[in-house]
Order: sequence, then structure tokens, then C-alpha cells
Amino acid sequence: MKTVTIDASGLHYTPLNQEIRQAVKNGAGEIIIQHVMGQRFIADGLAGNVTIRIEGVPGGDLGMFMNGPTCIVFGNCDHAPGNTMDAGRIVIHGSAGDAVAHSMRGGEIYVRDDIGYRGGIHMKQYLEKRPTLVVGGTTRAFLGEYMAGGLILVLGRTSTRPIRERGVGSGIHGGKIVIRGDLDERYLGVGARKLPLEKDDMAEIYPLIRNYAAFFDIDPEPFMDDSFIQVVPSSSRPFAGKYTWE
Amino acid sequence: MTIGSVPSKFRVSVNHDQCMLCGRCIENCPYGVFRMENNQIHINSRQCVACHRCIAMCPRDAIDIKERPVDYRSHPVWTPEVREAIYNQARTGRIILAGMGNAVDYPIIFDRLVLDACQVTNPSIDPLREPMELRTYIGKKPSRIEFEKMNGDIELKTALVPNLQLETPIMIGHMSYGAISLNAQQSLARAVKETGTFMGTGEGGLHESLYPYQDQMIVQVASGRFGVDINYLERGAAVEIKIGQGAKPGIGGHLPGEKVCADVSCTRMIPEGSDAISPAPHHDIYSIEDLKQLVRSLKEATQWKKPVFVKIAAVHNSAAIAAGIARSSADAVVIDGFRGGTGAAPKVFRDHVGIPIEAAIASVDAKLRSQGIRNEVSLIASGGIRESADVAKVIALGADAVYIGTAALVAMGCRVCGTCYRGLCPWGIATQRPDLVARLDPETAGKNVANLINAWTLELSELMGAAGINSIESLRGNRDRLRGYLLDEAIMKVLDVKPVGA
Repeated sequence: MKTVTIDASGLHYTPLNQEIRQAVKNGAGEIIIQHVMGQRFIADGLAGNVTIRIEGVPGGDLGMFMNGPTCIVFGNCDHAPGNTMDAGRIVIHGSAGDAVAHSMRGGEIYVRDDIGYRGGIHMKQYLEKRPTLVVGGTTRAFLGEYMAGGLILVLGRTSTRPIRERGVGSGIHGGKIVIRGDLDERYLGVGARKLPLEKDDMAEIYPLIRNYAAFFDIDPEPFMDDSFIQVVPSSSRPFAGKYTWE
Repeated sequence: MTIGSVPSKFRVSVNHDQCMLCGRCIENCPYGVFRMENNQIHINSRQCVACHRCIAMCPRDAIDIKERPVDYRSHPVWTPEVREAIYNQARTGRIILAGMGNAVDYPIIFDRLVLDACQVTNPSIDPLREPMELRTYIGKKPSRIEFEKMNGDIELKTALVPNLQLETPIMIGHMSYGAISLNAQQSLARAVKETGTFMGTGEGGLHESLYPYQDQMIVQVASGRFGVDINYLERGAAVEIKIGQGAKPGIGGHLPGEKVCADVSCTRMIPEGSDAISPAPHHDIYSIEDLKQLVRSLKEATQWKKPVFVKIAAVHNSAAIAAGIARSSADAVVIDGFRGGTGAAPKVFRDHVGIPIEAAIASVDAKLRSQGIRNEVSLIASGGIRESADVAKVIALGADAVYIGTAALVAMGCRVCGTCYRGLCPWGIATQRPDLVARLDPETAGKNVANLINAWTLELSELMGAAGINSIESLRGNRDRLRGYLLDEAIMKVLDVKPVGA
């Protein structure tokens, strides 16, 4: 496999992305970007079968509109990695900012630690495209707001009640949020309801837990037998009943 | 029975002496007004929305429709509309949704502005004999250009950014597949291709059958991000970020699950029958800096090859907002006035929120000029452009081009009945029901829309010629060619026009 190394120090995001695109065009299977310091839009709109190893802290909208590649970040991420992403994978060895996986339509995001506000906002699914966001630690408020499809999994490595902020699943009308341990009812958002995750449904999250454990070199076993809850829509038509016709 | 039933909005009658019992009215009315009983057409007037499909199809002119056959006691304050809205909400306790654009009788500024013509001194120009330049470029223009002279040739040294080239300053605004039918979109696509202009996709994705027209399509990215992927962005000639809409400033959109059929679900990329909810804000825009980030993310994704437009509703502070947008790397700002149409909007927003396009465009143009950044963006005026005179006037107030919406639908047969939200449009425009959609033939309807654009373009060149102007650029922002007729002084100050006689 051909590996290309790019030194991003002092490089603006446009020439950086041009170098990435050129490397992909030249058949690179792996791209290592060193000294990343806040460059936005890395791999924006990028297609192809390539793994991009990002050393440093990328700026906002990492992998926006991305369709296929894998980005592995060795550091934290700014806001909205995976914004409107189509396919591919983002693995973050650290934490990420607000609106992670915003409007994501396909692919996977794994965050080792925590994420900010409005994670997984308006994720949606269609046919075989079902986006997944896995968070190892905790999240801030309004997780899965407006969620229309896909799966969010919060593992809460350090707590059995990993989310202690309000608005979880506010306006959710599709998809589900799976949380290890429990969630206080008072943290549920408008239109969301909490159900236990039955044993049959666990099968769906086992591969995600195994992936998470493998990516970050963590023992999966403590998660496998633990209990989980799920937050799902109380209705697929949250705004039906709000309007009348003239 | 506290409130009881309110009077029927329309009364339909059939002249049985004229009627030949052909049954076309029954076939054509999807609302169920007509039925055949005992060899006679019977009528349920309460179902009528005045779409006029029956009237258009009756071979004998036997049908008559009268509006408000039973009126209330007349009262200037407690109009029938006000009373009926109260009855409706007293029954339901809900927000009233309504179709089409603003239905309140606000004065129309366009109709209080008159255009100029030459007499004796600087002579008028005859467009029949002399070339009229209506070609319009939408996008950033450099503030200065540098040349290099090489052996008698001149080489441009300034790098230009992509612009859209329009053969006429009239484009068709964003009406999504879902809000309108695929045949309607195909008709519009044929029209813009024929006339050398552009149309918007709306937030409904780009159906495969429109790929042959993709070079004329402006693809929209709105808060729901429906149908948006890199393929969609790369196909469009330009990308438009929709922040707001004139018909409902400040709120999002909501395509009810009933309208999300298999094909609509496919282009929007959401499950069939699910509600498509476009939230009020974009989840990644909470400031002008965030907007800049979205603009640049779209440019970066498309490798800076496509102009990016930002559309906002015309509201009180449009000028300051547009000045912010002009600094965001956007190439054009679309201002959508409060007369802009829609398939469905809360009535209270449609009728009461936002400002007229005339005032908004004039103030945005003035603000950008005062800041020396008018060249940074093109201005597209939209919302309530009804005729070529409106196009001329709004360009004279500072716009580069216009978007038309309702006018293009009317060119395809729409009667402005305002019942788009029912999804039963008998003209095959605002519906997804296959038998109704099939009524609209894209070839014929496309020709009709192209005719309208061509006719307006002809009128525009005549108006310009009469004013002694041979290039659209000389009309743009040329307020001296406008005079206000019975407009108040404050409005004329905003528009920067003089009164008639001055």
C-alpha cells in the first residue's frame, strides 16, 4: 500500500485538501498528515478508499460530505466532524466539540472520550445507509436532537449514568440513542421516550462495542454484559397535531 | 354545534341547458365537487377550491363559480377571513397553515413606482434594430483588474472566480421535488435550458431525470440537508444555502409524511412516509462566522469551482445581514421578500412577518455600496415578481437578477387557488398523485414557461430601449429611472427615489 506523508504545519486548508486529493488520485492507500493545527474541512467531499491519519487537532467540519475514506485523528477534534457525511469512518483518539455527526447520512464515527452539545443532531437514514456514532465517555446537552435515523451509542466508560444534561433526543422522530447504564427521565427531550434495551437488541451494539474496543485498545468485556437503555421517538410524526389547515 | 358550519367559500353551478353530460368535470376534479346522478351533474360546492380545472376542461362553458355566495354582515374590522380563522382555531386550538404567498392587502410598492422613457433629448433605442445586452453574470466581480500587454495582445492577470452566465436576468427560484411534482420540475428545467437561464432545486435533492439539465440547476442546501451529498453538490451549476424564506421567515419547513412517496423519498434520502423536518436554524450556523464556515465548506467540497449563494428572507435588518454575508466568501445573496410563495406556511408568518422585496433590495444595495463591497456579491431579488415591469423596477433598485416562482407555476396552469398543501393539485403541479402529475406534459408546460421568460425578456429590452439604455448593467441600481407615485417620503428615502414630477 502506498503511503503519502504531508506536513501540514503552516498550510492553509485549501492547499492541504488539494494535496490530499492529489495523493488519492495518485493511488495512495494511506495518507499521514503531520502537525495538523486547526485546519478546517480536512477530507471535505473526499471520496475513495483511503485511510487518513491525522496527527494533531483538526479544525471544524472534518470529513464533511465525505464519501468513503477513513480518518483517524490522534488528538481532539473541533466541532462537527462527520457533518453531512455519506460513507466512511472517523475515529477520534480524544474528544470532539459540538454537533458531532451533524446530519450524518451514513458511515461511522467513534470518539474515544467525550463530545459537546447537540451530538448526532439530525442524523438520518435511508435504505442501506444507517449512520452510527459511538461515544466512549459522556455528552453534553441535546444529544440526538431532531434525530431522524441512525444509531448513537454512549458507552459511559467512567459512569453508569453517563449523561447528566437535558434535552436527550429532543424532537427525535427516527433512529435511536443507546446509553449504557441509565438516564434520568428528567433529561429526556420533547418527543423522546426511554425504553430498556432488550437482550435481542443487544446484538446490534455488540459489533460496535468490539470495534470501539479494538480501535482504542480497551477491554470490551465490561460493556458486553452491562445493561443499556434506549431513547426512541414517542412518535414518528412529532409535529402532527400542531397544525390545522386554512 | 356551538359554532356550526361556516358558509361555503365558493358556489359552483352548472347550466344544465349547456351541459352535455360529458363528465369531464367529474374526471378532472380531484376534490369531489361533481358527481353524476339520474343523468344529471350534481354539485357539492363546499369541496370547491376554485382551481378552475373544471372550467378549463368544460367544452360547453357550462360551469360557473362564484366566490363567497353567502357573505357575513360586512364589517371593515371583523372581515370574513378574521372570523373564520377564529372559528377554526376555536375548534382546533392549532396553528393555521395556508398555501401560496402573503394574502394581506398591503400596498404593493412596485405599483407605486413608475419607469422613465426618453423624449427628444437622449433618444430612445429601438431593440429591433440595435443590440440590447441582457446577459447577466452572477457572482463575485474583482474590485479591480490588472492587465499585461504582450506584443499587442492584452492578457488578464487578475484571477476571476466562477460566475453563472444568464442570457436574461430572470431565473426560476427554488421549488423542491416534493413540494411540486417531477413533471413540474422537468417543465421548469426545459424552460431554463431553452432560455439560457437557471433554476433552483429546492431542498428536495436532484432527481436522476434532471441530470441532463444539471448545468442549469442551482442545488440547495437547507437546514434539513435533505438529498445533499457530494454527488448532488458536484452536479449543480451553483450551490445555494437557504437560511430563510420570504413566505415564512424565521421558521423551518415541514414536508408531511403523506407527501414522501417512493420517488420523493429517494431524492431526499429519507424513508418513505416519514416527515421531512427542516429545522428553523442550520445546526451549524449560529453566527456570521459559522455561515462563512458553511459557505467555505461547500466551496472546499466542490474545489472552489461553483458559486455559492446565500438566501435570506427580507426582514428588518436585511441590509446589515447581507453585508455580513458579502464578507463570508458567498458569491450571491438572494433576498426573498414577504410576498414569496410557498406550498404551506403558518398563516400568521405568511401574512405578517418580513418586509417587501422593493425596500429590502434597495436598502441592501445601498448598504453594500456604502461599504464598498457591492462587487463582492450579486443580488438576486425574489418574492412577488409578477411581471416584466417588476423585473425592471427591482433591477433599477439594485438587483442583478430575479427569481420567479409563482409566475412560472401560473405559466403552467396554476390558478393560485392556494390549496397546494392538500397535495391534490389538479394541474399536476403541487401533487405527487401519479394520475394528476400525468396531466402536466413537461414539453408543453416547459414551452409555456419558456414563452413567459422570453416575453418578459422582450418587454424588458423594450423598456430599457425606451429609457435609452442598451445594457442591463446601466439599469442596475439606476434609481434615476424610477419615480415614486404617491409613496410617502420615508419610503422614498429608503428606496432612494424621487417623487413623480421631481
